[in-house]
Amino acid sequence: MSTETKKYSIGMHPALPPPSGTVGPVRWMRDNLFSSTSNTLLTLIGLYLVYIIVPPFIEWAFIDSVIFGAESRKECLKIMGDDRGACWSFVYKRWGQFVYGFYPVEERWRVNVGFILAALTIAIVLIENLRAKKPLIIAALAFPIISFFLVTGGSFGLAEVPTNKWGGILLTLIVGFTGIFVSLPISIMLALSRISKLPIFSFFATIFIEFIRGVPLITLLFIASTLLSYFLPPGSNFDLLLRVLIMVTLFSAAYIAEVIRGGLAAIPTGQYEAADALGLSYWQSMRLIILPQALKISIPGIVGSFIGLFKDTTLVVIIGLLDPLGIGMAAISTTEWAGLSTELYVFIGLFFFIFCFSMSRYSLHLEKKLHTGHK
Amino acid sequence: MANNNEKPAITLSGMHKWYGDFHVLRDINLEVKKGEIIVVCGPSGSGKSTMIRCINRLEEHQQGQIIVDGIELTNDIKKIDEVRREVGMCFQHFNLFPHLTILENCTLAPIWVRGIAKKEAEETAMHFLEKVKIPDQALKYPGQLSGGQQQRVAIARSLCMKPRTILFDEPTSALDPEMIKEVLDVMIELAEEGMTMICVTHEMGFARKVADRVIFMDAGQIVEENTPAEFFDNPQNERTQLFLSQILH
Repeated sequence: MSTETKKYSIGMHPALPPPSGTVGPVRWMRDNLFSSTSNTLLTLIGLYLVYIIVPPFIEWAFIDSVIFGAESRKECLKIMGDDRGACWSFVYKRWGQFVYGFYPVEERWRVNVGFILAALTIAIVLIENLRAKKPLIIAALAFPIISFFLVTGGSFGLAEVPTNKWGGILLTLIVGFTGIFVSLPISIMLALSRISKLPIFSFFATIFIEFIRGVPLITLLFIASTLLSYFLPPGSNFDLLLRVLIMVTLFSAAYIAEVIRGGLAAIPTGQYEAADALGLSYWQSMRLIILPQALKISIPGIVGSFIGLFKDTTLVVIIGLLDPLGIGMAAISTTEWAGLSTELYVFIGLFFFIFCFSMSRYSLHLEKKLHTGHK
Repeated sequence: MANNNEKPAITLSGMHKWYGDFHVLRDINLEVKKGEIIVVCGPSGSGKSTMIRCINRLEEHQQGQIIVDGIELTNDIKKIDEVRREVGMCFQHFNLFPHLTILENCTLAPIWVRGIAKKEAEETAMHFLEKVKIPDQALKYPGQLSGGQQQRVAIARSLCMKPRTILFDEPTSALDPEMIKEVLDVMIELAEEGMTMICVTHEMGFARKVADRVIFMDAGQIVEENTPAEFFDNPQNERTQLFLSQILH
C-alpha cells in the first residue's frame, strides 16, 4: 500500500506548486478584465475613454502650455500661435498672492519660516520610531506657537500684520489645520459627553451636535462675520479670522464627534468590563483601552471629515476672506487675465487634491500600522 | 486549608438584584473563606454569572450586603475600585485588549492602577506568563493567539494584579474542546496554591477535583450547596438531580 506513488503518510504530503495557468499576469487579466463579454466591452470602453481624455489633456497642460514670459493672456496666445494650450503664466505672475494673499512682500519671510516650522511639525508627527521622542514632541508643540507669533507679529519687534491681509494658501492652511487639530480633542469630549450616563452632559452635547449639524457651514460663517458683531459691545474688535476659525472648528467637531461616537459604539462591552474589573478609573479606561480602539475604527470617517473641512475652507471667500480660489477669481477678473477660468480651476483643484490625497493615503497607512490582527 | 478564625474573603447576605422589574437574584447568602474554591453551576439564566459579577460590582445589587475583604460594596467609587484591585476576573470571551501586546495587557493595570514601575511590572508579567506557559508569545497581539492561549493570558493578566480572589465567569465555554484542558490545568494549579476562587463553570471534572464546595443555582436562588462528593453522588434537591442527570448523561 505504502509503495503507491501518490500516497504519503499523514503529515508528509509536500507543498506542491499550483497547477500552471492559475496564477500570473495573463490569468489576472483574464480574471479581472476579460472575464465575460460585458466585462470585455467595459474594459474596451474604459481604455477608449482614457485614450480620448488623457493625451489631449497632457498636450494642453504641458506640451502646448506657456508658463514664463507672458504678461497677459494676449501674450500667451501670441506665444502659443495656433496651438491652444494652457496659459499658466498668470499663476506664475500671481504666485505671491496665491501663497501669501496681501501679506506685505517685505514680511513674507516670516510666513516662509512659519511654513518650514509647520512642515517640520508634520514630519515629526509622520516619522515614527524616532529616538529621543520627548524633545521632538515639545518641538512639535512649540512650533505652531512660534509660527503664530511670527505670522501675526506685533511682538518681539515684529511689525503687526492684520489678519485681513492674510490670504491664499497661507489662509487655507491656517483655517484647515487649526480646524483639524483643535476640533479633534473637542470632538472626543463631545462624543464622550453624548454617550455619558450623566444626563446633563449628554443633553448639552446632543443639542450642540444636532444644532451645528443642522445648519450649513455658510450660515455659521455669516453668523461669524455679521451677526456676532451685533451681540458684541460696540467698538470691540473681535478678529474676523478668529471668528471664522472658531466656527469652522466647532462645525467640524460636531461632525467628527458623531464619527467617534460610532467608533465607541463598536467597542464590545467586554472591553469596558475588563477595564473596570482591573480597577482602572473611567479616564484611565477611556484613555488606555476604549479611545485607542474607537479612534482606530473611526480613522476613515475622521479623515473623511478632515478632507471635507479642508475643502470647505474655500467658503470663507463668501465673507470676504481671500483663499486661493478668491485670489484666483480676483485675478481672472482683471483685464490682463480675463477668460482663464479653466487654468484657475485646474490649478486650485491640483492644490486641494495634493493635500486631500496625502491625508487619505496617510489614513490608510495609519490603519495598516495600527492593525493588530483583530477585527 | 482555610482557617476558620480568619474573616471570610467574601460574604453575600440577603442579596437581591433586579434588572428593571425582573427579579434576577433572590436572597443570596454565601460565605467564601480565604483559599476556598467554589464552583457555581446551574442552567442558563439562573443568575450565576450575575451573582459573581455583583462581587466586583460589574453589576449593581439593590438589596442586601456584599462584603469583600472587609469592604462593603456601596455606591462609593473608592470602595469599588479598592475591591476591584483585590478581585481578579476572567471572562468567557477573555476580553483581552486587542490593541495591546500580551505583555502590555499584563502590565497595564499594575502600572496605572498600582503605580508599579514599568520594568518591575514587566518582570512580574513574564513570571506569570511563564506560569501559564506562554512567555514566548509576550510580544504578540491577542488576535494572533488561539482561544486557549488567550484565556491563559487573561488569567496571567489577573494574576499580575496579585489579587486575593479570582472570579471565573465560564472560562472554558467559548473554547474548542482541545483547548479546555490547558486552561483548566492552569486553574487547578492556582487552586492548589491556595488562591480564593469562585468559578462559574460546567466542567464537572474540575469541580470534583478541586472544589471545596459546589453551589447549584436555579431561578435566581441558591438551591443546593455541598461538597463535590456529596453534590455529585448524593444530590438532595430534585432540581439538582434533574440538572445533573442532564449534564452527566
